[in-house]
Amino acid sequence: MTDAKWIDIGPVDQLPALGARTLPVQGGQEIAIFRTSTGAIHALANKCPHKAGPLSEGIVHDSSVTCPLHNWRISLLTGEALGEDKGCVPVIPIKIDAGRIYIDRSAALAGTAAEPA
Amino acid sequence: MNAPVTIDDKQKDSSQYPRERLVVIGNGMAGCRAVEEILSRDADRYAITIFGAEPRVNYDRIMLSPVLAGDKAFEDIIINDQNWYDDNDISLMSGDAVIAIKRDAKEVVSASGAVTPYDRLLIATGSDPFIIPVPGHKLPGVITFRDLDDVDKMLAAAEGGGNAVVIGGGLLGLEAAHGLSLRGMQVTVLHLMPTLMERQLDEAAGFLLKSELERRGQTIITQADTAEILGDSHVTGVKLKDGTEIKADLVVMAVGIKPSVQLAKTAELDVERGIVVDDHMVTSDPSILAVGECVQHRGACYGLVAPLWEMCRSLADFMTESPSGYNGSVTATKLKVSGIDLFSAGDFSGGDDTEDIVMRDASRGVYKRVVVKENRLIGAVLYGDTADGNWYFDLLKRQEDISDIREALIFGQAFASGGATLDPDSAVAALSLDAEICGCNGVTKGQVVACIDGGAGDLDSVRAGCKASASCGSCTNLVESLLSLSLGEDYGGARTETPMCKCTSFTHEDVRRNLLDKELKSIPQVMQELHWTTPDGCASCRPALNYYLLCAWPAEHEEDPQSRFVNERMHANIQKDGTYSVVPRMWGGVTTPNELRAIADAADKYEARLVKVTGGQRLDIFGIKKEDLPAIWADLNAAGMVSGHAYGKALRTVKTCVGSEWCRFGTQDSTGLGIKTEQMTWGSWMPHKFKIAVSGCPRNCAEASIKDLGIICVESGYEISVGGNGGIHLRGTDFLCKVETEEKALEYIAAFIQLYREEARYLDRTAPWVERVGMDYIKSRIVEDEPGRKELEQRFLFAQSVHQKDPWAERAAGAEDHLHKHIAEIRPFAALEPAE
Ligand code: SRM
Ligand SMILES: Cc1cc2nc3c(=O)[nH]c(=O)nc-3n(C[C@H](O)[C@H](O)[C@H](O)COP(=O)(O)OP(=O)(O)OC[C@H]3O[C@@H](n4cnc5c(N)ncnc54)[C@H](O)[C@@H]3O)c2cc1C
Ligand code: SF4
Ligand code: FES
Repeated sequence: MTDAKWIDIGPVDQLPALGARTLPVQGGQEIAIFRTSTGAIHALANKCPHKAGPLSEGIVHDSSVTCPLHNWRISLLTGEALGEDKGCVPVIPIKIDAGRIYIDRSAALAGTAAEPA
Repeated sequence: MNAPVTIDDKQKDSSQYPRERLVVIGNGMAGCRAVEEILSRDADRYAITIFGAEPRVNYDRIMLSPVLAGDKAFEDIIINDQNWYDDNDISLMSGDAVIAIKRDAKEVVSASGAVTPYDRLLIATGSDPFIIPVPGHKLPGVITFRDLDDVDKMLAAAEGGGNAVVIGGGLLGLEAAHGLSLRGMQVTVLHLMPTLMERQLDEAAGFLLKSELERRGQTIITQADTAEILGDSHVTGVKLKDGTEIKADLVVMAVGIKPSVQLAKTAELDVERGIVVDDHMVTSDPSILAVGECVQHRGACYGLVAPLWEMCRSLADFMTESPSGYNGSVTATKLKVSGIDLFSAGDFSGGDDTEDIVMRDASRGVYKRVVVKENRLIGAVLYGDTADGNWYFDLLKRQEDISDIREALIFGQAFASGGATLDPDSAVAALSLDAEICGCNGVTKGQVVACIDGGAGDLDSVRAGCKASASCGSCTNLVESLLSLSLGEDYGGARTETPMCKCTSFTHEDVRRNLLDKELKSIPQVMQELHWTTPDGCASCRPALNYYLLCAWPAEHEEDPQSRFVNERMHANIQKDGTYSVVPRMWGGVTTPNELRAIADAADKYEARLVKVTGGQRLDIFGIKKEDLPAIWADLNAAGMVSGHAYGKALRTVKTCVGSEWCRFGTQDSTGLGIKTEQMTWGSWMPHKFKIAVSGCPRNCAEASIKDLGIICVESGYEISVGGNGGIHLRGTDFLCKVETEEKALEYIAAFIQLYREEARYLDRTAPWVERVGMDYIKSRIVEDEPGRKELEQRFLFAQSVHQKDPWAERAAGAEDHLHKHIAEIRPFAALEPAE
């Protein structure tokens, strides 16, 4: 059901609870897909606003992820650094349908040559 | 419910004005309720025909669960019997499904061939059960749970006893499982997600529910991915993707529903997930309306009845010329399984500006969590005590400002509306003197107060004096309130020992003691029993709990990878660019040409950007991608090398010097003892990293005096010292004792490590721990108490018999492979490649 707006990236159950997996985009950025304890799915650019740490490898709790490099806490909802730290990573829109994850095509392709005008 | 209209009135009316023809497709809960609502507003307006695919009158679908469980009969759950249709002059075409809508001619065609014209059409076709299209899904014995026929099939199957497998651990699946189990079947529930009812419950409540169902004899398998339904002429079992096979005489698929939209789609109405309707339940065709589970309103589809009732009211208002408009619904869920009280409503996915208030009462099996955002309640999960469910739901729907009752909110309506009792101290003050404070030791408020009046001025003296809060510690807050109430200004304040983290009032030591006393064996269990104030802990307590559990229960512990920091989860050290470094073990710092060749080959093959000699006498290979880790490990394993745990809160290195074998000053074989030590201790998890060194003489070339444990060889034996640190705060070791043989040295090393493993706080190196407890204490346990030392050694060796395994070999063989693979890859100019 991949269409003009959404790209199917596979079933929800391929994400561990309280964990994350990565989605590289050729010619573009790597995206991290997270799952929280309530089963909610979120996607962020896989680059910590501090020093580009791979957020996908952090510890997920509540609706945030703690960066594996220097423990900044990043909101999965807004992409913003929480607490004292300042910075923000792009949030990539996601929807779930019949147990599959769909990612927003234009946000996913941002920065690639295929980026829609 | 129905307007008091007699048939005579109607005939009179209809003869005067020709009535509009309303045809309803679907004789279910929404279709009939919509008709009831219309009749109650204007009984004479429409000439009504209802088509129902089911061959029976309108009944309460929700109550199919009690029918299955044997609490009710079909007669008890009928909503409208035949008299209702007759009295209201409704033609019921039951058992005759509509097969086409002809919009141009404004008529519907049904299976019997009848063609029925309409002025207005109402689609209320409900939902279809979702069926996972695995091999075998069409076998006899595989059924869904939607209507009375399904219940009849289940009852017939249950007569013979046997095994039932329910696929789906949501509301529907669990109610089916409960019914079947009451009917005498052995029930296994398979659920894809890690948490039962994950859409309504959080992890903590899901855990309690699972434990209770298991206690009742059901088998619950979470993260169970069905691969195949087995059987030739009838179902015989279910096979999971991991190869597990479960026997089954009956398989119930309860994995979800999808709006039944086929008719509407074929008629080319606007359909997305459901039939798209506006606020008056009108579809893209002005003479066609739709209501119930089949619709999609403002993007949302519903699977519970409460929203349908609201839809039906707006629909009836509109159809009787007094449009009101439907605004969408907030929903609440209860599980209809007798003896399990569970309620959930609203949104509890958390968020930056939301705040959780959690209350747990382990002795009553209660878990409550409310989620507050900007002084409004936005979600609630209650387990074990749902008395306040409706009150919370009401606060939530009305979006009332709760700042005035914020402190008391979690204690429920009775408490919160008490008005004055906003601060917890006043609540405690209000308790009667014979109210029980400490459940473990049966201590009343009067006894605690007497103890304080008798001179106990802080928590520890109360604990010593009357035993309150001396066991599990969950009443600590109450005791502290009593202290501050009784002593006022004189109370020195809460105790100085800091709790583990902001999720609990327990200290590390309290938690470790309780794990053993109460035999707690999993993280959710600890959080419930010890009254954690957050739903799923934080990045600081989760890794600590995981460690404490594995140390307390080496044989039974189940790893929780999500409670490990990245390095321990990946078994490699993450670098600043997101690649990893790989450090194989080099026993005692000794290597061979073969090992060096394997490392060189691996560095070439996986394009390492640096190979470096570490400060721990071994080689570090830098710049390995996470996808390549299992492969490089396999190559290193093939050359006989195992993980060096350079990433772990674990035994790191045993540094050695060349010793008596080569050195002109060497007194003992320090290299040999170092290797033996590393072989005994590698792979053991610890509160923090642990480093050992063995030097062959007091010149100390292995720098043993700044290690967690250092050995200096002398002519007459081995001097063991502990608690050194070469890191941030330089600290030399303290002398522990001298032993005469290598065997003795190994015994003392094992005993010391085990003492550290069992008693230090997570993330304490040995240096701060030794300073806190003092060398006298360490000596009393290791040197002076020989039987105690031997027991420590035995416990260490037992733990090693379980944990001393190479994690790299397990990963190279495929364990946790999702950690090393992308979920998918997007190639903008090629086809997408989703993971299999
Ligand atoms: C690789 C190595 C440096 C080197 O190139 O030699 C190293 C590298 C790191 N050290 Fe170290 N330490 C290394 C030997 C040491 C030593 C010397 C030793 O072990 O003899 C020390 C001082 C001795 C000690 O620990 O008492 C040392 C004291 C530290 C500390 C401070 C510990 C303390 O208690 O104060 C940290 C920080 C920490 O652990 O929180 C640290 C942390 C680190 C980390 C893990 C930093 C991090 O969190 O990412 C580095 C990661 C390396 C990697 O990605 O592979 N490293 N580190 C050495 C690996 C040894 C090995 O083979 O396993
Ligand atoms: C076992 C069970 C337990 C439940 N428990 C709860 C609960 O505790 N709380 C809660 O809120 N909700 C519960 N629900 C959900 C609730 O029953 C539904 O939300 C509700 O029944 C939906 O009403 P509806 O009219 O949209 O669909 P339905 O009640 O399913 O009615 C649709 C009707 O249309 C008929 N139909 C379909 N296509 C055609 C056609 N082409 N021609 C003629 N007729 C057609 C169907 O046969 C069906 O009878 C439960 C559901 C089940 C199955
Ligand atoms: S000394 Fe500092 S920079 Fe060098 S490896 Fe250790 S932690 Fe990294
Ligand atoms: S890179 Fe994420 S915290 Fe530094």
